[in-house]
Amino acid sequence: MSEAPATVVSLHRQLGLTDDEYARIEEILGRKPNHAELAMYSVMWSEHCSYKSSKIYLRTLPSEGPQVLIGPGEGAGIVEVDGVAVALRIESHNHPSFIEPVQGAETGIGGIVRDILSMGARPIALLDPLRFGPLPVEDTVEPATAERNRFLVEGVVTGISTYGNCIGVPTVGGEVVFDPCYSGNPLVNVMCIGVAPVERIMLARAHGPGNVVLLLGSKTGRDGIGGVSVLASSAFEEGSETKRPSVQVGDPFTEKLLIEACLELIERGVVVGIQDLGGAGICCATSESAANAGTGMRIHLENVPRRERGMEPFEILTSESQERMLVIVTPEDEEEALATCRRWGLGASVIGQVTASGRLEVFEDGVCVADVPAASLGDGPVYYRPVERPHEAPPVPDTDVAPPEDLRRAVLALAGDPSLCSKRWVWEQYDHQVMLGTVTGPGADAAVLRLPGARKRIAVTADANGRWCAADPYLGTCHAVAEAARNLSVVGAEPIAVTNCLNFGNPERADVMWAFSESVRGLGDACTALGTPVTGGNVSFYNETAGRSIDPTPVVGMVGVVADAGPPGTGFRGAGHLIVLLGETLPELAGSEFLRIVHRRQGGLPSLDLAREAALGRVVRGAIARSLLSSAHDCSEGGLALALTESCLAGGLGAAVTPEDGLPVHVWLFSETAGRVLASVEPHRLPALRALAAAEGVPVSFLGTVGGDALRIGSEADIPVAVLRDVYDNALPAAMRHA
Amino acid sequence: MELVRFAVAVDVMPKDGISDPQGQTIERALPSLGFADVHDVRVGKRIELAVEAPDAETAEAIVRAACVRFLANPVIEEFQVHVLERAGGPA
Amino acid sequence: MAIVVFPGSNCEQDVLQAFACLGVRAEYVWHHATDLGGFDVVVLPGGFSYGDYLRTGAIAAFSPVMEAVRRFAAAGGLVIGICNGFQILCEAGLLPGALRWNAGLKFICRPVTVRVETTDSPFTSAAVAGQALEIPINHFQGNYHCSPALLDQLDAEDRIAFRYADNPNGSVSDIAGVLSAGRNVLGMMPHPERAVDPAVGGTDGRVVLDSMLTSLWSLRAGVR
Repeated sequence: MSEAPATVVSLHRQLGLTDDEYARIEEILGRKPNHAELAMYSVMWSEHCSYKSSKIYLRTLPSEGPQVLIGPGEGAGIVEVDGVAVALRIESHNHPSFIEPVQGAETGIGGIVRDILSMGARPIALLDPLRFGPLPVEDTVEPATAERNRFLVEGVVTGISTYGNCIGVPTVGGEVVFDPCYSGNPLVNVMCIGVAPVERIMLARAHGPGNVVLLLGSKTGRDGIGGVSVLASSAFEEGSETKRPSVQVGDPFTEKLLIEACLELIERGVVVGIQDLGGAGICCATSESAANAGTGMRIHLENVPRRERGMEPFEILTSESQERMLVIVTPEDEEEALATCRRWGLGASVIGQVTASGRLEVFEDGVCVADVPAASLGDGPVYYRPVERPHEAPPVPDTDVAPPEDLRRAVLALAGDPSLCSKRWVWEQYDHQVMLGTVTGPGADAAVLRLPGARKRIAVTADANGRWCAADPYLGTCHAVAEAARNLSVVGAEPIAVTNCLNFGNPERADVMWAFSESVRGLGDACTALGTPVTGGNVSFYNETAGRSIDPTPVVGMVGVVADAGPPGTGFRGAGHLIVLLGETLPELAGSEFLRIVHRRQGGLPSLDLAREAALGRVVRGAIARSLLSSAHDCSEGGLALALTESCLAGGLGAAVTPEDGLPVHVWLFSETAGRVLASVEPHRLPALRALAAAEGVPVSFLGTVGGDALRIGSEADIPVAVLRDVYDNALPAAMRHA
Repeated sequence: MELVRFAVAVDVMPKDGISDPQGQTIERALPSLGFADVHDVRVGKRIELAVEAPDAETAEAIVRAACVRFLANPVIEEFQVHVLERAGGPA
Repeated sequence: MAIVVFPGSNCEQDVLQAFACLGVRAEYVWHHATDLGGFDVVVLPGGFSYGDYLRTGAIAAFSPVMEAVRRFAAAGGLVIGICNGFQILCEAGLLPGALRWNAGLKFICRPVTVRVETTDSPFTSAAVAGQALEIPINHFQGNYHCSPALLDQLDAEDRIAFRYADNPNGSVSDIAGVLSAGRNVLGMMPHPERAVDPAVGGTDGRVVLDSMLTSLWSLRAGVR
């Protein structure tokens, strides 16, 4: 054992470990750690790897249900649909994407795809919830900042396109939202769905002392040394360009080979355990898979193929070089596994053996360079961080909100807002069709996918509302869950599971931690109310620049099951069809897009009744199953105004609607009351729909009729569909066009 | 015959007359960054290789052959081969 | 039917599934294969063979299987390259021209309308001349380039199989698909396999696959 350097005590602080944490490492080892060991603990006990600030809250989430095969704590959650295992997970790649947007987005996809692969599942769909600062067409930030934001949008979309398209996994949905709070800290979240036969689910378990540890994929370089701890676990300051050396470069071609080779190895039945290499690299993958199986591991670093010369043991152990997987096989299957990799042209090396010692023993050329209890690396500290509710901004009374000077202009302003307009410019750069499973792709409320090996289809969505969570993190998070469920219901899917990516500021700040705790409480309550267990998730802290946090942004990813009938679609389908609203419009302009865009005011959010939300979902799904609806569209951001606009555009048909008595027209049109769905029905089906809704106590109001070539709102506005289309379709391309 | 290692670089450029949208895009972006006097931007790629050959002429010939067959596409690209130096001792 | 799988191909499964939709069995052939005996049709599917590194299709064009494809084509066998397959055929010299970055420098995935320019080919015989087909494209490098002289020749020899109704990528003369001199090799950027199922992408791509099957049957009938 090499002696620890004398400077080691101060080194631990440089590596981000506290004095208490360092003392605990000494206690675990019964001696001072050497440099390599200290580096291993520092990355494994970083916020990103250990969830040390969030653990106590995440434990409270509902995670059980008959459909749940694998809950939180593994590479991905797994639910059973029609006899098939469906894996789901979201991760963030926020900071890397700010530093280098193309590579940040690429490696974000690579990472989440390997998470799914580590469960033995074939990745079949990607969704990308993205949040950026405003584009130059808005005047809410400095021109230089807006220019930088556009550069980030361009880069992130290119990265997703480059990587996702190349690996042949369709990108079927996501979000693109602009808000000043994300200017210095974009959110690049990536969700992946995978499928596997139930009996072929794999876990990160290094069972069987004597078994062989294989490292598959790319060579190891000095990529992202300390990456997880540096990038994801500390505040983001000016001059972050100096962190550029740790930028990791994506290699989608090798990832594609990795997918095919790993799935073939699993199919051949030679895999004992499999684990992806992400944050904390070899150190994390080896210690976790050994600890999970109650075994140990002996690793020989000289057998790790390297891309660079002169790498120190700690660098090899903690490198985050992309496109690598760890696979455990029996000695008898070693040759078959290596031959399979050779056939795919994929690198594969034996780097160690499973032992019964319970320790992770690392050697380099016969010299022991690290020897620690494997489980201790994953058994990081748990923090009860201080929590304090911040002063509340006074709520915005809705009576205060004046009608717009020109209703038509207001509707067009919403339709042309970068956050609300068509995102076609983005998703046309993504292959959303490969695998021939995309029944409904991007641009809809939720993606509907065929499930290989099953009769049923699944639907997937990802939703969040940072502004509402800033106003009330509990209620805002409940809204995100409710909206996700609504988005699934309108395509006929029954929600069955949730994954999440919780994007927050610095957890060492009591107000941030309060928002986090409230958000998790909301997530739990809403998921319980809607019957969607949380199968796992990801926490991204330290999303702040120069001391300013982003709005709390919990992104809710939800999966649902579509039994039989196809989705009715968002668009109006026939002239003469009746337009109805399921649910009730309350005077709730607080937190609305109308307030933000027309009055440039923020604050507040609508109320939410989860029981009514659940009832609405049952009615909508029931109506779709009985083929009662010609179209169905979630009515949320932008209120009825945007829902009507989108249903007109998707169907290429106009509509004439009459404002409801009792509400001012602008309140009726722009209010964002939750629990509402805009639908159209053939006249003779309306009675059946009313009966179905009445049984659940969901109000159905008649708004008007489909037809003509304009959206007519009472006598107040008459907007040709062609004009709406021009504004809605061209807003984003125009904003992205360079002057 | 004794083989020597040569460092060779290949510049691959879009052929004259072939439109170069990458170059044009960069050119259009330059004025807004204060580079109004920069023109005729063309984007190509440089490929560096080490070749074992008895002499520089042979090294160049080997790389040229690789260019014609593989490294450049004669339909749209042209190339230049530069033998840079002896890259070390005998192979 | 043989579907050639290169490292990085990603549409092979889709092609297999599309043919299965029409009741035809196809099988995968690995890029190391040196013999295509026994097959009636060879498909080079879409994807990113070798990650599109160097140039799209450039590395795959030197796979061992491409020698076999060359012999297969020389003997009159039907070869269709879709998207990356088209790029590989151009790089291998089995089709003239080259495919370059889209003029807009963006990847494009969307349905486009292409016109059938000739029905005198085993890939378009079931179509009507001038028929408009809605088939998705999905590429970054589908901008077809050839010299003016070659363009004249392709036109004169009626070897332009498809043209875009609304050119999405800057291709010379709106070209979306070209035939070899022997008319038995087709390269096309649109993905017909993505348009065979009414639930996903429509059925306009069927006419290409149907034409191939019809041609094969009449070919076999003629042999007998």
